[in-house]
Amino acid sequence: MRSFTYERVGSPAQAAAAAAKPGARIIAGGTNLLNLMKLQVETPVHHVDVNRLDLAEIEDTQNGGLRIGALVRNSDLAADRRIRERYGVLSRALLAGASAQLRNKATTGGNLLQRTRCNYFYDITMPCNKRVPGSGCAALDGFNRSHAILGVGDQCIATHPSDMAVAMRVLDASVETVDADGEVRVIPIAEFYRLPGNTPQIETTLRAGEVITAVTLPPPPPGRQIYRKVRDRASYAFALVSVAAVVDTANGRIRSARIALGGIAPKPWRIEQVEASLIGAPVGAQTFDAAATAFLEGARGYGDNDFKIPLARRILHAVLTEITRV
Amino acid sequence: MQMNNAIGPTPLDGRADGVLGKPIDRVDGRLKVTGAARYAYEFEQGPDTTYGYVVPSSIGKGRIRAIHTRVAERMPGVVLVLTHLTAPEQGTGDHHEAHPVLVGPDVAYFGQPVAFVVAETFEQARAAAYTVRVEYDTAHGTYALSDGIGRARVPEAGGAPADSSVGDFNQAFAAAPVRLDVTYTTPLQSHAMMEPHATLAVWDGDRLTLHTSNQMLNRGQAMVARTLRMPVENVRLVSPFIGGGFGSKLWVNADAILAAIAARQLGRPVKTALTRQQIFHVTTHRSDTIQRIRLGTDENGRILAIGHDVLSGNLATEQTFEAAAVQTRTLYAGANRLTRHRLAPLDMPVASSMRAPGEAVGLLALECAMDELAERLNLDPIELRIRNEPNDDPEKHIPFSSRHLIACYQAGASRFGWNARQTKPGQVRDGRWLVGLGVAAATRGNPLQPSKANVRLGPDGIVTVRMAMTDIGTGTYTILTQIAADMLGMPPGQIRMELGDTAFPMAAGSGGSFGAASSGSALYDACMALRAKLARAAGMDSAAARFASGNIEATGQSRPLSALVGANGLEADGSIEPGATLRAYSQQSYGAHFAEVGVDLDSGEIRLRRMLGVFAAGRILNAKTARSQAIGGMIFGIGAALEEAMSLDRRFGCYVNHDLAEYHVPVHADIPDVDAIFVPELDSEANPLKSKGVGELGICGAGAAVANAIYNACGARVRDYPITLDKVLATLPAQV
Repeated sequence: MRSFTYERVGSPAQAAAAAAKPGARIIAGGTNLLNLMKLQVETPVHHVDVNRLDLAEIEDTQNGGLRIGALVRNSDLAADRRIRERYGVLSRALLAGASAQLRNKATTGGNLLQRTRCNYFYDITMPCNKRVPGSGCAALDGFNRSHAILGVGDQCIATHPSDMAVAMRVLDASVETVDADGEVRVIPIAEFYRLPGNTPQIETTLRAGEVITAVTLPPPPPGRQIYRKVRDRASYAFALVSVAAVVDTANGRIRSARIALGGIAPKPWRIEQVEASLIGAPVGAQTFDAAATAFLEGARGYGDNDFKIPLARRILHAVLTEITRV
Repeated sequence: MQMNNAIGPTPLDGRADGVLGKPIDRVDGRLKVTGAARYAYEFEQGPDTTYGYVVPSSIGKGRIRAIHTRVAERMPGVVLVLTHLTAPEQGTGDHHEAHPVLVGPDVAYFGQPVAFVVAETFEQARAAAYTVRVEYDTAHGTYALSDGIGRARVPEAGGAPADSSVGDFNQAFAAAPVRLDVTYTTPLQSHAMMEPHATLAVWDGDRLTLHTSNQMLNRGQAMVARTLRMPVENVRLVSPFIGGGFGSKLWVNADAILAAIAARQLGRPVKTALTRQQIFHVTTHRSDTIQRIRLGTDENGRILAIGHDVLSGNLATEQTFEAAAVQTRTLYAGANRLTRHRLAPLDMPVASSMRAPGEAVGLLALECAMDELAERLNLDPIELRIRNEPNDDPEKHIPFSSRHLIACYQAGASRFGWNARQTKPGQVRDGRWLVGLGVAAATRGNPLQPSKANVRLGPDGIVTVRMAMTDIGTGTYTILTQIAADMLGMPPGQIRMELGDTAFPMAAGSGGSFGAASSGSALYDACMALRAKLARAAGMDSAAARFASGNIEATGQSRPLSALVGANGLEADGSIEPGATLRAYSQQSYGAHFAEVGVDLDSGEIRLRRMLGVFAAGRILNAKTARSQAIGGMIFGIGAALEEAMSLDRRFGCYVNHDLAEYHVPVHADIPDVDAIFVPELDSEANPLKSKGVGELGICGAGAAVANAIYNACGARVRDYPITLDKVLATLPAQV
C-alpha cells in the first residue's frame, strides 16, 4: 500500500471535485478498495471519504418507487421493509452476496462499482488489460472457471461480480450522480456498465469525478420475483450463474417478463427483445427452452467455464418454471 | 519409559472421581476469547522493533539477472533490504532439516522469497517491497503433475516405505472373477489455517529467540541451528499459542529465517508475517495425486488382490511423497497386495504434510473404489467391508493393537438410519434436491514420538508442568491438565501448564496425531516418578498409595501432598519413547463416516445435509475437545470432497486462487448437522494413556462418504476431486 492523502468531504459536489483530481479515489465501505490497495492493484494517491455525507436514507418517491441513498449499507437495504415487500428480488440478491460482515459495511454505490474477481486482475505479477491496458489477458488461456461467456472478447473476459446489480437491472433502476458543478445526471442502469471491447479498464459510463448519490427504483413491476444464485459453496462465494426474474402470468400465458443473468458477463445480462417475445407465450418447457436459447445466443466458453452455458440454460429454465407455477 | 510392553492397570483406569475423559472446557478458553493469549505476531519487543516484508519471485523457474533495491532502500523508514547478494551463507538440507533463504540467484519455484524488506513499520516495509524490481532469465519449468509423469521416480523412503508387495498381485488380479480398475485424482491443497506464519526474532549476543508460530519446536530449533550454523542451545523457539497449522508449521518457514538473519544484521528485533496471499506459495502444500486402485474379488466379494498406485509431485530436491496408499496396506484382507508410490520432480513449492498426509487423500480413492465394488457385487457397502475385515495386519501378519471398525459401522448405521438408503442411485427426492447416503471407513496410523516432561509440586499446592509441547488449537493445555490432575489426585484448578518453549523439556510437538499420546505419556511418566517421591516422603508404599483430593492415602493414613514437598517443592522428570509394541502390533485408529447429501436437480449444486462419524481411538482424554477435533476433521474432509483445490496455472507455475475468497474451504452455511461419537476402547499397546490420536482421524474417509452419497443421490461417480457442480451437471435429469 502506498502512502496517500485523505480528505473527508461535506457534500456530494465537493466529493466530485476532489475525486476528479488525478489518482483520487472515493472510499465508502472500502470492502473492495482496501484489499486492492494492499495488493497494489489500486494505488490511489488521494482518498475522498464520503461516509459522512447524508446519503444513507431510503425514501419513497412520488411515483411509488424508492430512492436509495448511495451510502445505504447492503444489510440495511436488504432488511428494509419496503424492499422486502415490494422488491423481493433485490433483497434476496443482496443477501446472497458476500458475508454478513461485508454486507454491514458495503454500500449501494460501492457495490455497483466493485471490481471483477478475476484472479489475474488481483495479481500484479500477471498480465491484465483491465489493470494495465495493453499488457494482455492472462485469463483467456489461463484458469477461467469464473469468467464470462457473453459480452466479452479477446481483451478481457472478466465478469462483474455484483448480485445487487443484477436485481437492479430487472427492476429498471437508475443511477443518480452529481458532478463537481453540482449537476445531476440520471443514468438508466441499462446504460451504466460498458462492455470491455478494447478498453476493459473502463467499466462504467461514469465521467471522471462523477459521484453516485443514489439509486432510484421505479414502482415494482407486476408479477412474481425470484433471485436464484448458483455458487460453489452455500455462502461467501461469487455467482457462477445467477438469475433475477420478475414475471407476470395469467391464464397460462406470460403477460410480462423481466430477466437478467449474473456471473456470465461483464454486466448484468438482460435482453429486452427476448422478454418481449415471451409476452403472450404459453407457460411451458418449450417456451422456456426457446427463451434460454435466445438469451444465450452467442455464448462461448473459454475452457474452464464451458459449463456455464448448459448451467445458465438449466437455471433459466428452472427459474421460469418456478416463477410461472400455478 | 520405553513402550516395550502392554500397559497394565494404571492410576488412570477406573477413576470414577477423575476428570480425564470428561468434557471439561478448555483451560485456555478464557485467554483466547479475551485476546489475552498471545500469538507469535502479538509478542512485543519494544519500540526498537522493525518489520519485515517478503518479496516473492514472480516466475516459476529461472535465474535472477538483476535485482534493483535502491528505490526501496530510500523509501521512508526502510532500514534493510536483504537479497541473495547480502544474505549470509546458510546450512542446507531438505525441508525437514534446514530452510536456507536468499541463497543464490536461482529461482526454483513461483513465490520463492527473493528479497526481504525491513522498515520501521509494517506499512513502510510493504510499500518499499513493492518497489523492488527483479529482472529474471526465465527457464522452462515443469509445474503440472500430469506433465511430470514421465520423470517420476521411486522416492527414498523417509517414514513409510514407498512400495510394498505381498503374494502375487498381478496374477491374482488377472484371475479374479470380479475386477475393478479405477483412477482417482485429488487436487493441490493448501492448509489454510487461520493464523499466518509469523515470527518475532530477537538476538541477545549470539543467542537467538524466535517467537514463532510452529508446531514442533524442538525440530524447529534444530532446523534453525542448522540453517544459521549455530549451536542448537543458542536457539530458543517460543510458541505458546498457535492459530492452527495442519502441518504447514511443522517445519521452520521463510518468515523465521528471514527475520533471524535481518535481526542479526540490524542488531534490532525483526517481526514479520506472511500475507494470506503469500502463504499459498511461500510455505508448503499438499501435492495433488493420481491414484490407480485395482480390486479383484471372488463372487462373494472377498478380496483376492488389492493394488494401489500413487503418483504425487515435489520439488526435485525433496523426497517427501504423498503416502496415499499407506492405509491400503492395513485396511482390508486379501492375500495378494501391491502398493507403490512414485514421485514426479516438479518446479513447484515444497509439498509436505497436510492434515493426515497419506490417508486424507488415499481414502478419497480407496473408499470410493470400495463403494464402486459394492455396487458391482450387488452388496451393501458395509457388508462388503465386513466380508473383508482382516484378522491381523494383512501385510505384516502381526496383531492389531486394537481395532473396532465393525463396531463403528454398526453403531453408526443404526444411529444414522443407514437402512433407509436406496441401493439404486437417484431414487430419493426432497423438493428440488436429489438425496443420497454414503459411507466410508476412517483409519489413521497411530504413531508415538519421543517426548519429555517435568512436573513439580510446590508447597503452595500448585502443580507446574513444563514441556516444549505446543497447543495448535486442539486442546493440549486442557488434556495435559486433566492427565496431571488425575495422576496426582489434584483438582484441575491447581495444575499450571507451561508449554511452547524450547527452554522446557523436549517434546514431540503437534503433528501426525502423535501430540497428545506422546506428550501425555511423558507427563504420565513424570507423574509416576513424582508419585513415587511423594510416597517415599510420606513413608508409604507408592504402589498401594491412593492420590485423591490433594492427599496421599494408604493403610488408613492420609497426608496432604503439599506438606510433603518441603520449602522448595518436589519435582520429577518423565519421558516416553516408542518401543517394541510399535513393531509387534499394527496400530491404527478407526472409524466410520455416514453422510447425507443433496444434489440440486437444476444446478448440480451439492450441499451436505447431515453427517455422523463414529470413531474408535482408544481412551478419549476429553470428550469435548476430542469431539471438536473429530468434527473439525470431518469438515476438513467435506471441504476436500466438495471445495478445496488450488488452481495451478501451468504456464507460470503459480496458484491462481491464492486467497480465502477464492480458495474455498467450508463456511458455516455448508455445515448443517455434523456429529461425532466415540465407541469405548482402551489400547494397552499404544501408550500408557491407552489412547490413540484423534487429530486427523476425522478427515480420513470423510470426503469419500460424501462422494459416495453424491453417487447415491444422483448417479454421478466423479473420480476427480473436488466434486464441483460442473462435474455432475451432465448426469442430471433433463428438464421438462
